[in-house]
Amino acid sequence: MLEGGTMKRLACLASLLLLSSTAWAQVDPQVLEAEGARVAVVQRASQAAVMIFAGQGGGSGVVISSDGYALSNFHVTHEAGTGMKCGMADGKLYDAVIVGLDPTGDVAMLKLLGRDDFPFAEMADSDKVRVGDWCFAIGNPFLLATDFNPTVGYGIISGVHRYQYPSGTLLEYTDCLQADAAINPGNSGGPMFDARGRLIGINGRGSFEKRGRVNVGVGYAISINQIKNFLGHLKSGRIVDHATLGARVRSDENRRVAVDDILEESDAYRRGLRYGDEVVSFGGRTVSTVNAFKNVLGIYPKGWRVPLSFQRKGESFDVLVRLRGVHREAELAEMVQGGPKIDPDKAPNPKPKPGEPPQGRPEPKPRHNPHAKPEPLADIVKQHFVGKPGYVNFYFNQLNRDRVWKALVARGDYSALQGAWTINGLAGAANEEMSFGISDEQASIKLPSGEARIELEGELATRLDPPGSGGLLVALAMWRRFLVMGPEKFGDVSYWGTAPLEGRPGLTDVLLATYRDLECHFMFNPADGQLVALEMTPEEDTDPCELYFSEFQEVEGRILPQRIEVRNGDGVYQVFHCKQFKFDTAAEK
Amino acid sequence: MRALRSRVLQRRQCVRNALILLAGCVALAGLAATGAKNLPAAESFAQVIDANQSKIVKIYGAGGVRGLEAYQSGFLISAAGHVLTVWSYVLDTDYIAVTLSDGRKFEAKLLGADPRLELAVLKVEATELSHFELAASVPADSGSRVLAFSNLFGVAAGDEPSSVQHGTIAVKTRLDARRGTFETPYHGLVYVLDAMTNNPGAAGGALTNQNGELLAMLGKELQNAQNNIWLNYAVPIDELRGSLDEILAGKFRPGENRPSIKPAEAVSFSQLGIVLVPDVLERTPPYVDEVRAGSPGERAGVKSDDLIVFVGENLVHSCKGFREELARVERDTELRLVLMRGQELVEVVVKPMAPGELQEK
Repeated sequence: MLEGGTMKRLACLASLLLLSSTAWAQVDPQVLEAEGARVAVVQRASQAAVMIFAGQGGGSGVVISSDGYALSNFHVTHEAGTGMKCGMADGKLYDAVIVGLDPTGDVAMLKLLGRDDFPFAEMADSDKVRVGDWCFAIGNPFLLATDFNPTVGYGIISGVHRYQYPSGTLLEYTDCLQADAAINPGNSGGPMFDARGRLIGINGRGSFEKRGRVNVGVGYAISINQIKNFLGHLKSGRIVDHATLGARVRSDENRRVAVDDILEESDAYRRGLRYGDEVVSFGGRTVSTVNAFKNVLGIYPKGWRVPLSFQRKGESFDVLVRLRGVHREAELAEMVQGGPKIDPDKAPNPKPKPGEPPQGRPEPKPRHNPHAKPEPLADIVKQHFVGKPGYVNFYFNQLNRDRVWKALVARGDYSALQGAWTINGLAGAANEEMSFGISDEQASIKLPSGEARIELEGELATRLDPPGSGGLLVALAMWRRFLVMGPEKFGDVSYWGTAPLEGRPGLTDVLLATYRDLECHFMFNPADGQLVALEMTPEEDTDPCELYFSEFQEVEGRILPQRIEVRNGDGVYQVFHCKQFKFDTAAEK
Repeated sequence: MRALRSRVLQRRQCVRNALILLAGCVALAGLAATGAKNLPAAESFAQVIDANQSKIVKIYGAGGVRGLEAYQSGFLISAAGHVLTVWSYVLDTDYIAVTLSDGRKFEAKLLGADPRLELAVLKVEATELSHFELAASVPADSGSRVLAFSNLFGVAAGDEPSSVQHGTIAVKTRLDARRGTFETPYHGLVYVLDAMTNNPGAAGGALTNQNGELLAMLGKELQNAQNNIWLNYAVPIDELRGSLDEILAGKFRPGENRPSIKPAEAVSFSQLGIVLVPDVLERTPPYVDEVRAGSPGERAGVKSDDLIVFVGENLVHSCKGFREELARVERDTELRLVLMRGQELVEVVVKPMAPGELQEK
């Protein structure tokens, strides 16, 4: 009998216990050293873990910078609203304020307050994680950590690049990590570490099905590489959206992934993608299944430009495609309102079709009580919160907008230069003489071959001269307007987040500025604050006029670009080399 | 022994500590014993796992209703495309699909099955496949660290690698030790695992040691009828080997696969006194609807609601298959049937009627 066998085993073990002291002494010192190292790694990693207590429920989180920015799940912080209490392994309870939300990716950013020297987790490159690597999850399962000492669960990575279906359009886990380390309700939002204690993901859900909502050895973590793409967006205090290509794909019997449907308004269509084209690679990754395609799509925010390679009749095309949003702004705003709405228990959880992965999510316990009165916000939380429609916390948007602007002004103050601007130089490979003239009223370009001029009044989106440029003169006018007037007076200027820029490593800070009917994205090098690009989009679903600024030199105390490359659609319109800048002040006007 | 037992009970906490310590010692001793060569495994099993992923397959078949998943796991046991998996309702269909780790999808043939061991062998038409050598499978003791490969929850699709979990063999024991608690036709030896390996879709997956050597096949989901606890276990390859060899040698095969040999006079249903359920589906499971009083079937102990699994050594899984099988049996021979009654397998021998008996009826 098993029972008898177990007893016998226990008896046997008891006698072994007597021998264990001698057995212990014989253990290879290398092994003891490895064990000691592991204990140290877990101890260090635990310091960055956060136990979130939000209203009646809670979950876990992890601090990612010394100033207290922390990550968790949207479905954890959703109940808390603006402020929450966070315990850490030092035994202290900190106030925290919500910063930004990514409902589609189930990520929340918060900021712990009251210190500028928080212990934080170092982020790893989660694409380098392999199946079979040791990992460990730290957090607050079943909200046990009332003394703020987190629970640690060790395991191995069971799968990488996993795709887990969303509920509707929410809580989609793309390109995620699968692990057999215990992920239970309350672990949600907490860190998954690699064996060296580096952050590789944020735990968020598991496959449960019929065995009840407890760990069955199949947990999923949002990859930290995906979250890295969203960090800037989350810090914008916005409700962040995920992306679509504007095209649907299917895999055919030859295991090729082909375009099944495409929106004609999409950038993918404008870049040449058509029905039936075979998608070869996306985001720099080979695509051989629909899941692989969705995995790539899921790691990018709306609006990013991502490399896409496709084939048609043996011919290959490599393009950069701007991704569209999954949701409308109003839809996003609706998602983050009203606690019970995203209660994972009540969220739609469609039964998967045969062969499709099932879904499941842990949930904060106990469930949201709609009748519970919200607790009054702590003063320190109030100091870090500004409410504004469409934003989770506008305070952080202002903070980052001002940070970007201040860094730019440090490289040159243009506020007094309200008169006409004249830039002389050479254009194109032929080195033709050129001259830009920009003022509040008009913008012009003079070349030996001709001249273009627009008046800056009425609907600017219709004045896209010179032809083929996508609106160079309007774009130059917006550039001047932004430098002279600054974000407060330009129009509506907000911090958009971060985005890659072709030909540059890393990400740029992006300000979104709207003026009349135009939408401009100003892109800044975060290292030195320099304005490196401007995209002026005259109307939705059209190619912007793109200005790329480079070869900076100091001119009369201001650092100015000697080279402006203008692109529109698929090609370069013109490259301008600026030799002489003449900026008049208001008095001269 | 009794005194020792009570002492152990009193010192349960102490023993628990010993368990933890011992588990540590076993793991550490294992590491120490294998020396520097295997130290990288302490950091990651990635290499060992990579070497085995291509041997694991995803199997799709019947199901998809009422919590019955339409998928399970399996692994290749020959370069020519033999797949070892569990015998289950998933295979009870005319179209079984097998997806290899590289994403290639095949229609698989059910080569044979042994419901007593809950094993089945499928065959896909492919060559030069990476596979486990059954002859090279090894035994393992309690305390051994193991890796479980399966497509649990159907997480992986196409060329996505199967899931891998780690754990330790808690004990090697017989499942029939808990007869009535765990309802399963298999009562032989199993490795009980401390990892949650036996999830939906995991059955048929491979269990290896930490060097990647094949130990066992992951069993079906099994829940304790008394306390609802799920058992995680795997069946050692040694337990399966005899039956496997017989299947590979041509036994335990579905009748449809064999050439038909016509007997002079075949046995008939009415002779046996067995009435099957109405054959309304393309593949109606051969359940016994009624057994006539005083018939050879009743005398042999066939009962209504029995599912006929074998006729002699031949697997049947439809009313049609049973009829075809009977058509191959000489009228006056003994008929050995294997029946599934609840979760138990029952073997009966139906003796032919004495001459003249039929007339009496």
